[in-house]
Amino acid sequence: MAFKDFIFKKSLWLFHFGGASCNNCDIEILDCLTPRYDVERFGMQLVGSIRHADVLLVNGSINKKDKVRLLEIYHQAPKPILVVAIGACGCTGGIFAEGNTFAGPVDKIIPVDVYIPGCPPKPEAIIGGIVNLINKQPA
Amino acid sequence: MSKPTIIPIGPYHPLQEEPELFKLYCDGEIVRDIKWETGYNHRGIEKLSESKTFDQVFFLVERVCGICSTSHPFAFANCMEEIAGVEVPDRAKYIRTIIGEMERIHSHLLWVGLAGHFLGYNTVFMWSWKYREPVLDLFEMITGNRNSYAMFKIGGVRRDIPDNMIPVMQKELDALKLKLNLLTGAVMDDPVIHARTKGVGILTREDIIDFAAVGPTARASGVAIDVRKDDPYAAYPLVNWKVITSEAGDVFAKTEVRLLEMYESVSIIEQCLEKLKKEKEGGIDVRVKNVPEGIGTGRAEAPRGEVFHFVITDGGYTPVRHKIRAPSYVNIATFKKSCVGQSISDATISLAAVDPCYCCTERMAMAYDYHTRIAMMGTADLLRMSREKTDNIRSSL
Repeated sequence: MAFKDFIFKKSLWLFHFGGASCNNCDIEILDCLTPRYDVERFGMQLVGSIRHADVLLVNGSINKKDKVRLLEIYHQAPKPILVVAIGACGCTGGIFAEGNTFAGPVDKIIPVDVYIPGCPPKPEAIIGGIVNLINKQPA
Repeated sequence: MSKPTIIPIGPYHPLQEEPELFKLYCDGEIVRDIKWETGYNHRGIEKLSESKTFDQVFFLVERVCGICSTSHPFAFANCMEEIAGVEVPDRAKYIRTIIGEMERIHSHLLWVGLAGHFLGYNTVFMWSWKYREPVLDLFEMITGNRNSYAMFKIGGVRRDIPDNMIPVMQKELDALKLKLNLLTGAVMDDPVIHARTKGVGILTREDIIDFAAVGPTARASGVAIDVRKDDPYAAYPLVNWKVITSEAGDVFAKTEVRLLEMYESVSIIEQCLEKLKKEKEGGIDVRVKNVPEGIGTGRAEAPRGEVFHFVITDGGYTPVRHKIRAPSYVNIATFKKSCVGQSISDATISLAAVDPCYCCTERMAMAYDYHTRIAMMGTADLLRMSREKTDNIRSSL
């Protein structure tokens, strides 16, 4: 097991990037931290800076103004970084894909490792997606 | 005066869940001016709406803002019903009101939690978000989704609340009232919260009128505006409730207004459930075959204030023009008054006090100056300063 595989085995730290979203996915991500779902028991926590993060959570459709900043955040991230696209908008652009400011979806801008569909995905689905992400890592 | 220090909050900042850039121009610790930049959340909804049929627009406006995902369809439904000249059946009115008020409870609980989080009071955050879960469970039971309920359509609602759900809801509401008592007691009697929020971010009655602020922000300054009373819609004129106001205009008053409003919401839901019991199941919509040419306006009281929709139709299947005015758009302007002259550590809670929703408006912090590439104070520092102040007050008590 290479060192970079080893670091993804436990205690993933998450950075949340909310693009042009409707806020639902953002709230459901926060909901994962609260007593009922409590992902912190798995060692996961939201961090304030991408430089501390192992996982980049992206939700929301990406508009022209967000695209530049998403790329900047991705380049600032310590590599390797895992990217999770959350919600219908993160995966495909969703209902906003036809909008005149749409510049996504996320996988056209940065490589994505896991997609969590749903509008919004339930916290169970988000936790399930992250578990998939951990299981995807080579043992 | 020396050149002011600029402290950016946003656009991607752990303080706010949504993207928005605030620039605080500071002289030492004191905020002298504030500027904000929007557009990070612009999705072109009004334009998109023109390409969707009236039934599809409901799903679109629901996603203007995920937290007020009933208010926008509510206002749009009021607007379309005005154009089509449709009277909604009573049962649908009660169901609409129940969904609208449940949304207010979950939104206010969410805000109280976030306000606690900004003050470094994570216990309040965890509590109130825990108490919010049963409300979302009720939503899931009625509508099938925790957020974005898709309950509204022109002429009524899409799903009924069957009689067997009513006792379950009443039981949950009784349990919720006890939890609200605990939360209200914990927040209103806490000396640290008093010290951090009283006299902070004051907006006077005149400021509210000057900035045309709406919702709990206005009601906390003694301006009793509430669309539910001023321009009654749905079942609000059919039930007894009162508009909650407070005079002080500071962050504490805004907290008080929101906490007490949740009790009113519970009472409205209980009354509506009683009335639903007396009505027969079914008959939740009237069929609308065609929307004639016309201009309509629709208003609804979202948890953050008045939502206003304006639609022009031409007798076809899609709106010709759809204009949305969301409450946060006007409330955010009050930052010019509430933050200026305060210390930086109070800025975060003052910004949070109007419950800004940038999805409605269009979020906050990059720790670098865009031009000079010099690292500046980021969100983490702001949160740290806010929390340190709370700790200092706590230790001095």
